Amino acid sequence: MAEPSATSTGQLVAAWAFVGIPLAWGIVMTVKNASALFY
Amino acid sequence: MTQRTGTAASGGWLSRERTVAGPGFNRWMVPPAALCIHLCIGQVYAFSVFNKPMTMLIGGTEPAAADWTISELGWIFSIAILFLGLAAAFGGTWVERVGPRKTMATAACLFGGGFVVASLGVVWHQLWLVYLGYGVLGGCGLGLGYISPVKTLMTWFPDRPGMATGMAIMGFGGGAFIASPLSVLLMSQFGVSGAFLALGLIYFTYMMVGAIIVRVPARDWLPEGYTPPRTSKGMITTANVHVDEALKTRQFWLLWGILFLNVTAGIGVLGQASLMSQEMFPGTITAAAAAGFVGLLSLFNMAGRFFWASTSDYIGRKPTYMIFFALGVVLYALVPTAGNMGSIVFFVAAYAVILSMYGGGFATIPAYLKDVFGKDYVGAIHGRLLTAWSAAGIVGPVLVNYLREFQIDAGVPKADAYTVTMYIMAGLLAIGLVLNFLMSPVHRKHHMQADARAKPLAA
Repeated sequence: MAEPSATSTGQLVAAWAFVGIPLAWGIVMTVKNASALFY
Repeated sequence: MTQRTGTAASGGWLSRERTVAGPGFNRWMVPPAALCIHLCIGQVYAFSVFNKPMTMLIGGTEPAAADWTISELGWIFSIAILFLGLAAAFGGTWVERVGPRKTMATAACLFGGGFVVASLGVVWHQLWLVYLGYGVLGGCGLGLGYISPVKTLMTWFPDRPGMATGMAIMGFGGGAFIASPLSVLLMSQFGVSGAFLALGLIYFTYMMVGAIIVRVPARDWLPEGYTPPRTSKGMITTANVHVDEALKTRQFWLLWGILFLNVTAGIGVLGQASLMSQEMFPGTITAAAAAGFVGLLSLFNMAGRFFWASTSDYIGRKPTYMIFFALGVVLYALVPTAGNMGSIVFFVAAYAVILSMYGGGFATIPAYLKDVFGKDYVGAIHGRLLTAWSAAGIVGPVLVNYLREFQIDAGVPKADAYTVTMYIMAGLLAIGLVLNFLMSPVHRKHHMQADARAKPLAA
């Protein structure tokens, strides 16, 4: 079975969202937890 | 139409041949594949969130006599880091041979499976199973996962290898940001064993997505508009050095020392950041503020991986490490002054820059290796160099802890107990500066001959 060849914009966006959303969530949670400690 | 060789059919879905990209494949799909791996294995930095709950598995609200102690649990992390180094060092050649997809899938099985075995260890309260699961299996998954996408990324981005590997290794720094709140959330719902099981399944799935989407470029593929250099220039070689031959070169051991010193100086401080900030600014920095300080340092550690590795594509690897070491010496030497002045802003800013360079050191080293040894065996050489990380992981914290204890026992006030440590760290970085200064191109007698390069690998 051949691998799919050309990459669509949708695939690119989905791939980056797949890694970007969890990372952004983690950073927001960390900053939120850290800033809550000050106030 | 995918470009495949005649051996593709026998290689199976995991084989290197089956991952060769067809025409029209966008190379920007590869960094997310690498991040799928590194965001997961970066969890290791957040393992400490399990320590306290794991000391109360029997007692419930407080430790019982039969519960595990913190010192016993500390071995889980140490074993994982040890096996990370061993797997990276001994598995590097295999990684080069089988390609990224099989390596990523193996890392997913080991890392995810390690959590499942550790989960059983918690259910049956058998610590050796946790050591075996998270420490040995998970550690091997960490090592293989860490080096799996490095060469592939550099082959896809020959024009910006620092940026490409910087992105992936930034993910390793960012993994803790996801793992820490996720672990707390899962523990609140399912307990420690349930959280281990859930994490094992989540990480296995996530890493397998990386294995599915990863591709290697077809042989002789080059990005549009990019012309590879035909002759070696400065530190950047067009030749290749075999992984076994690389270990015989002065340059490998200089780079080993450079990574070791850079990591030693950063890791010791990272582990002591909370206590140190409170003791250097007694009454001013509270425990809560210190926790915020640690979070801030972790952010700079992550951001520095991308920033410095990308910057090195423009200014060169050697000058980048010159900045790390020279600026590091100055900043470490000035930290005690910041403490004496009571300047929290300067103290925090100095450490933020230091930790960004600590992360940058990790992320820039693969591109430095590619410059010096060529790209054919860079994955395997990188794996062997990571033993410097394992060594620094032991020396750094021991050095900072021992020096602090020694100072306090000698009657030095706690606020001043770190002064000598900072000067020693500055000294270590000064040695690193010299080692980096001594870096030169590898002698041509170590280069592989064109006909000796067995079947040049696509990535």
